[in-house]
Amino acid sequence: MTKTIFKRPKSLKENIFHYCPGCGHSIAHRLIAEVIDEMEIRDVTIGVPPAGCAVLAYNYFDVDMIEAPHGRGPAMATGIKRVLPDRVVLSYQGDGDLAAIGIAESLHAANRGENITVIFINNAVYGMTGGQMAPTTMLEQKTTTTPAGRHKSLDGYPVKVCELFSQLKGVVYAQRCTLTSPAQVNKTKKAIKKAFQCQKDGLGFSLVEILSPCPTNWKMSPVDACKWIDEIMSKEFPLGVFKDDSTTTKKDREAV
Amino acid sequence: MNKFLMSGNSIIGEAAIRAGCRFYAGYPITPQNELTEYMAEHMRNAEGGIFIQSESEIAAINMIAGASAAGARVMTSSSGPGISLKQEGISSMAACELPGVIVNIMRGGPGLGNIRPSQGDYFQATRGGGHGDYRTIVFGPATCQELADLTMDAFDLADKYRTPVMILADGMMGQMMEPVIFKKPKPRNYSENFMLRGAGDGKSKFIRGLILDAIDMEEHNWKLARKYSVIGENEIRYEEHNIDKSELVIVAYGTAARIAKGAIKRLREHNKINVGLFRPITLWPFPELQLRALSRKIKNFLVFEMSTGQMLEDVRLALQGYATVWFHGRPGGAVPTPAELANVVARYYDKKD
Repeated sequence: MTKTIFKRPKSLKENIFHYCPGCGHSIAHRLIAEVIDEMEIRDVTIGVPPAGCAVLAYNYFDVDMIEAPHGRGPAMATGIKRVLPDRVVLSYQGDGDLAAIGIAESLHAANRGENITVIFINNAVYGMTGGQMAPTTMLEQKTTTTPAGRHKSLDGYPVKVCELFSQLKGVVYAQRCTLTSPAQVNKTKKAIKKAFQCQKDGLGFSLVEILSPCPTNWKMSPVDACKWIDEIMSKEFPLGVFKDDSTTTKKDREAV
Repeated sequence: MNKFLMSGNSIIGEAAIRAGCRFYAGYPITPQNELTEYMAEHMRNAEGGIFIQSESEIAAINMIAGASAAGARVMTSSSGPGISLKQEGISSMAACELPGVIVNIMRGGPGLGNIRPSQGDYFQATRGGGHGDYRTIVFGPATCQELADLTMDAFDLADKYRTPVMILADGMMGQMMEPVIFKKPKPRNYSENFMLRGAGDGKSKFIRGLILDAIDMEEHNWKLARKYSVIGENEIRYEEHNIDKSELVIVAYGTAARIAKGAIKRLREHNKINVGLFRPITLWPFPELQLRALSRKIKNFLVFEMSTGQMLEDVRLALQGYATVWFHGRPGGAVPTPAELANVVARYYDKKD
């Protein structure tokens, strides 16, 4: 007798990912799809993919999706969620999308406590356009637009999204995770599930930041890329739960 | 039917809500603030009405794009500088074929300009405005009654053609008060198939503007172009005023057309000359053939705009050299009186063929 122990989540289409070998997007996609399946929310989920490497996410997710202009995902998600408050609305964003061109839309959606979930892929570089500096690029990190390395006096410092957003009262949940080992992958999945649960419970803005490898633009092997996250990137961007007001917010809501 | 005395900005808001607009996002900018405030006050009393004061014009247009995809009737409004910011989203809505109404209460420009009435955004409105190969339907209302009627029609056309529709008025139209009757809105006719509401038990859908394959993208462009030519055939609106006995016709829209009507009356009474008015109501599609038809009997046209001459180009293209085209303009928020315009027209009248 055979037992299925691994299969494609129902919320993923039968398409092969176009992402580079060792890229974190495909793992993040799979985790989101698994969570959608497990929570049985495929029928009510609406996703908003960003401009960037994940722009073709609608080729992979078997849920309703609408592509946002660069950085505007949370504004679009706001429009969708306000019209359809009982749907689960997901904005999938990269570091340029969330922390540079779309920081106003992202920060204010969070500050309004929009009841949406943002999955934030932080790979410290602009992937799709070929490896330019991102707002989360590390100091000294070489990119095509910081050929001598990111310099604090010229380029500023890496933007710490979880730290920044967790200051906002509208944010109910913010966690930073990574994908560098099976244990970390499992943690990330739990974080995504928790974020969706916050939304289902109507608690407010939930954010999961994922430190994600980009071997192509980092010019590293996939193994070295994971090592770089563990040894360097996660020192600047520490992993962990930055905010979890879900229990108190839930109690407050129930009291009302 | 009840008659209301309201300001232009409030009329647009009331007409929108009556037409079933249930999602409005906007950012404060003069001279359209009364519209945003009207929506803040009255959306909460409309069943399912949603009002958001957005963090920016860019956020507002993308909020209405999302709400439109989710199936709501949507509107945003602004004035010149804010409309420039919205262009990214307008282009995106045109690409994704999302219906929505965008109101531009024009002010003096370029740049921050001033907050006085102007018509300097004609090019931006009628040429698409944002990047890429697209057009938006553009209404140029000239009375408060038209603000009410055209706002309602804008929602119907946006749904019918799944495209953004722009109301292009100016600070004068937004601020002035006139009596208005709100017509009964038509029931909404918009297929659920176009709405993104979760896959339910069915197949998932997606809405996209990015089409990487050149041939597929070309086909999408042609599809939009075919839609625009259908709009051009079916939706042109214009008014002819005092044309029959006139040897000279003023071409003007919006506030400028109101001033022109005053000047025409003055010219008839004081100067004893007959001058007509051709007033485009749809600025895109422009009533090109209708204007050209006039040139069979009328050989002298004077374009009057509160700009340095933008619609002027459309008039010249329409008339194809069959008639003489003069221009008088007052940009930057200067609004001429009917008497001033009458003097100008009288001068040209002496030069006519």
